[in-house]
This record gives sequence, structure tokens and C-alpha cells, in this order.
Amino acid sequence: MPASTASTVTVFPTCLGDIAMPDVVGQTTRALAACGYAPRLARGVTCCGQPGYNSGFDADARRVAKASLAALDRTEGPIVVPAGSCASMMHLHWRELFRGSRHERAAIRVSQRVRELTTLLAERADRLATLGLAWPGTVAYHDSCHMLRELGISDAPRAVLGTVAGLTVVPTAVAPRCCGFGGTFSVRYPEVSVAMADATLDDARVAQVDAVISADPGCIMHLDARSGRRGDTPRVVHIATLLAEAGLR
Amino acid sequence: MNRPGPDPLTSSTFSQRAHEQLGKPFLRRAVPKATDHAYNALRDRFRDHDYDALREQGRRIRADAVEHLDEHLATLVAALERNGVSVHRAADDARAREIIRGIVRDAGGRRVVKVKSMASEEIGLNPALEADGVEVVETDLGEYVVQLDHDRPSHIIAPIIHKTRGEVRDSLSRVAGRELPDDAAALTGFARDTLREAFLTADVGISGANFGIAETGTICLVTNEGNGRMCTSLPRVHISLMGIERVLPRLEDLAVMLPLLTGAGTGQLITTYVSLLSGPRRPGEPDGPREMHVVLLDNGRSALRGGAYQDVLHCIRCGACQNVCPVYRQVGGHAYGWVYGGPIGAVLTPLFRGMDAGGELPHASTLCGACDDVCPVKIPIHDLLHGLRSDRVRGDAAPRAERVASSLWSLAWSNPWTYRASVTFARVGTRAAARVPSGLVRRVPGAARWLDGRDLPGGPRPGGRR
Repeated sequence: MPASTASTVTVFPTCLGDIAMPDVVGQTTRALAACGYAPRLARGVTCCGQPGYNSGFDADARRVAKASLAALDRTEGPIVVPAGSCASMMHLHWRELFRGSRHERAAIRVSQRVRELTTLLAERADRLATLGLAWPGTVAYHDSCHMLRELGISDAPRAVLGTVAGLTVVPTAVAPRCCGFGGTFSVRYPEVSVAMADATLDDARVAQVDAVISADPGCIMHLDARSGRRGDTPRVVHIATLLAEAGLR
Repeated sequence: MNRPGPDPLTSSTFSQRAHEQLGKPFLRRAVPKATDHAYNALRDRFRDHDYDALREQGRRIRADAVEHLDEHLATLVAALERNGVSVHRAADDARAREIIRGIVRDAGGRRVVKVKSMASEEIGLNPALEADGVEVVETDLGEYVVQLDHDRPSHIIAPIIHKTRGEVRDSLSRVAGRELPDDAAALTGFARDTLREAFLTADVGISGANFGIAETGTICLVTNEGNGRMCTSLPRVHISLMGIERVLPRLEDLAVMLPLLTGAGTGQLITTYVSLLSGPRRPGEPDGPREMHVVLLDNGRSALRGGAYQDVLHCIRCGACQNVCPVYRQVGGHAYGWVYGGPIGAVLTPLFRGMDAGGELPHASTLCGACDDVCPVKIPIHDLLHGLRSDRVRGDAAPRAERVASSLWSLAWSNPWTYRASVTFARVGTRAAARVPSGLVRRVPGAARWLDGRDLPGGPRPGGRR
């Protein structure tokens, strides 16, 4: 990557970031800035198209993703996504979605620039570690399925959490297991989806953690909404939120 | 499936079946416990091995077997016939039932003992034989209990994963005509004595086939209870019902596939019994069946070759994908409505039963991909599930409400301005919703489906530092 653009990054807020977690988008931007990047919020973008794509509505998904693709193709440098499954959609599945269409080349171009947030932060973990971040407590890290299995990212978020003093990450389940969000699955089969959230929250309760941290707004929204209904602590928060709470300015 | 009562797959939805299963407290405890146990066993088994490299070996063998299926099947048939085995081809379930009924009839069979076989569940064999007045006895302990209870297996290799010991005791007590003790050893002891009588008096033994080895004309069966060996050696006639895709080209392939099957299924280095059956009793041999038949079942399998779902034919029915599936873990196998539950069932059911009957099942997954990671032959299950979802839409089989919702979504979000407007609307709406009675909020389309069991996103949380 040329040195001139090395530090400019474009933040793709994602639809859930826009609707349900605007704070996370701001916290993401601040975290990137604290690590020495020059973040800019992407303009004219919508959603990555995942809800339609995962439901089998490829044409509808293509129409939505095309808007974001066109807007992002006008930017340069890494595209940072504070959502594991959206990052996976854009990095891996946009190529399939646009295969054979006139946007295929743009999809390949843009998808190569897509970076999941914690991988970028982890590359500057040394810098994060000098910021005096502190968050006394025990947390569980919930792996987003697509981030873990499709993108293969599991060390980066833990490395980021490792820069926070006083913070202990404890393992919870037998194996990283889906929380039951699954996009449209969460409203298609609410009862099953909620039962799956309960399994995840029960694991967290057994581990007596203060918070569950994740890097995927989908999982977070679903788990936190279930946790709220149950009247449970722990809270379920985004990793960028945790960094903000740990004192990142 | 040919069983008394309505077909659950077509008479109910996944939601309804899942709801029923979620209401069973025992199932909710037992399935996670048993499947975690099985997954831990798999991990322990392959801890000191390169599981991915083994999986890749397994995938290659299965891919070759399926890619050149006709050739390998021809070799298998020739080798079986050389070994004195009668080979039958069944294009579908009805033909397979007819063939097996014919063999039993010709053998004058009054009593049949069976080794656990998913293929026989698939073709609904037991009711067909029973209609002929033949007594059928399942001899795998789990399947035996399933049969006594007129139930269905709920896991590929652990058919009564959903039952308590108490339920098993009640079922066996009915057979015994007395109250049996609530003790696993006593219960299995009783089953062993009862089944032994069946083994010794049966005319025909029916098994599935874990693998059919083309090179040598050998049917491979793995069991842990010894019932497989009893059923295939004591009765006069042995019939093996084999899905055509279960062929392995060479005997040496078993060196890879057998440990993969047993390791992925139960975490065992090898099962307690492995039977390699290469023909009926030969002149001068003191035991073994006088006749051996292999029924090669197609039932929709060859139609999958050359298509987008060919890889599903690589499946060796180990059940590992069920053990790691977070959906299966909650709802068990019966929620899937047919013979095969869990991720592989959500792929197989629409392919075997058609989109109209099974088209909903690929949605009964969060596409988390845990199944792909564990599959011993690396079937890309979540890609197949996704492909089936797309096929359903392309085939115009998706419900109208879904199509409309997707169109509206696409219309609103394909333009940045309407997207921003809907985002603002959603944000304001969510904030306002937090202050109005929940009954009102639930009237917003789709809201009730979220609010059943969950709060609105972003609300205040008890004890939170928000």
C-alpha cells in the first residue's frame, strides 16, 4: 500500500450501526484515530445486502449492495467494517453476488480493500497499549460465526482486549457457538433464536462475567435485547464500546 | 415416510415442530449434554492429529467415489455377484420396499431382525413388512426403544438422544410385563435377553451399509452393540440396504474412512464391532447366512450428480454436524420433520422430498458454519443450505410475504436517500416505541416476532453502565 494513503481508512457503518448502534460507529472512528489511522465515514452507502443474500433473494441483495459498492469504489484505502458478518459478506460474498454482472470488477476491487475492524486495531496493538486503557472486570468474548469461520479471525479481537489493563477474558462455551441471531433467522424463528441466545447468556452467567464483548452488531443487538428481557446482567457490548469505556478518547 | 399418522413434514411447519420440542424440558437438557459430549469426544480423538488433513483425505476419497459412481457401482455389483451375493437395484423407495418384501416372502420369513439403518427409515421399511404380517424387531437398543414407542429416531447415530432413562424403563417394562428397575445395566440386560431370543429365531436379518467396497464386494457395518454381527450371521437370509453413494472404490480407502466415521461419530478409535461381509456362507463353512442380498437404493441420489448439490452425496452419516449445530442443540431431530435432522437433514430433506415439502428447512439454520468445520469429509453444508435458499426463490417457491418484504427492502435500501430516510424513521420509531405501550408496538409488522422474548434494541439495561 502506498505510504500516502496508508493511514486513510473509510468506515462503513453498516445498517445495524446506523439504526441500532450509532454510538458504535463513533467509537469505531475514535478507536481508529487513536491507533493513528485517519478514518472517514463512508458517504452514500447503504447496507451490504446480507439480509437478502442470506435469504436467497440474490437479485434484491445485488440491488442494495450495488449502492454501497458504487459509493465505496469512489474511496481509496482500507474499508473498515465494525461488523464481522458484514465484513465477510463484502470481502467474500460480493464477488459471488456480482459474478457475471457489469459490477464484477468493482466488486473484486472493493472486496479486496475490506477489513474487519479488530484486525486493523490489532495491527496497532502496541500503540493501543500505550494509551493507558483500563477496564477492571471479567468479560467473555463472543465470536461472530462469519467473522470466525468465514474470515478466520479470532486472535485479533483478543489481542485488542489484551491492551486493556484490568480486563480478563474468560472462555465460556465448549466451542464458539452461534448466539441465534442469524439475520432474518431471528424473526423467522424467534422462539428458536431466543432459546439459542439463552444458551449463550447462560454460559456467560455461569462464567460470572461482567460483560459479553463481540465485534458484530447483529449478535450484540440480539443478545443484549434478550439479556434485557431476562433482566440479566451481563451487558453485551461492542468491542469499540468497551475501548471507549476503558478510557479511549 | 410410510408410517401411521400424518407426515410431519407436510402437515406442520418447522416453527410448530420446534415449538413442540422446545417445550420438552428433558430434551432441552439432554440434547446439549449428549451432543457436547460427542463433540468433545471427537476433539479428543483427533487432538494429536491433523484433523483437517484427514478430512481432506476423506473428502478426496468420497469425491472420487461419487464422481465416478457408475464405474464404482459396476465394480461393486460384479464383485458382490462373484462373492455369491444377489444384487438388486431400486430406483426409489417403493421399489426398494417391494424388493425387500419379495425377498422376505420368498424366504418364508416370519420374523425379521434389523440393524439400525437410516436408509430403511428413509424408505419406511418396517410398516411395509408389518403389513405383510412379518414381525420386525429393531435390535439396536436405541432403535428398539424407538420401535416400542412408535417413535422416530431423532439423531443419526443416537436415535433416542431425546428420551430419559425413565421413559426407556417404562417402554421395556411394558415388554417385560413387570416393573424393571431404574438402572441402566438392568435395562440393557433385559433388552439383551429379549433380543437374543429374536436373533436366534429370526429368518431374515436386514442391515444398512456404512460402506460398500467395490474392489472386494464387501459390505462394511459398524456397531457398538454386536447386534450387527448377530443379524447378519444368525438368520438364514441377510439383506443389506445400501444408498448407492456409500460405495468406496478400494479396500484401502477403509483405512481412512473407517476412523473418520467412528472418530467423527462417537470419538472412538474404532467401534466395538466392525463387520466386513463378503458374501453368504461358503461350502464347508459352519455359519453365516445361506443367502445374502444387497439392495442398492437410488431414491433421488443419482439425480443429484453433476448438479450444485453433488457434494451432499459424500456424506457418511456420522452425525457430527448435528452434534455441533446450535439449532439442532435446541430443538433436536424431530423438529426437522423427516428422517434426517440437523444441518445435513436440512440439505437432504428438500433434495429428497422436494422443495414444496422441505423447502423451508434450509432456513432452519443461522448459516453459522459450525457443521462445515466438523464434517469429516468437508461437505460445505452451509453453502449448500444457502444455495437451496436461492433455489427456492428462483423456483418461485418462496412464500409471497417473503418476496414482498424482500422487494420492499431492496427498493428502499438501493438508494442512499431512501435508505437514510428509513434509518431515521427506524431510529425515531425505536426511541418512541420505548415510551409507548408494548401492545401498540407489537402491531408494527414483524415487531412481535422480535419482541417475543426480546426487548427493543438499544434500550436501558438493568445494572448497566450505559
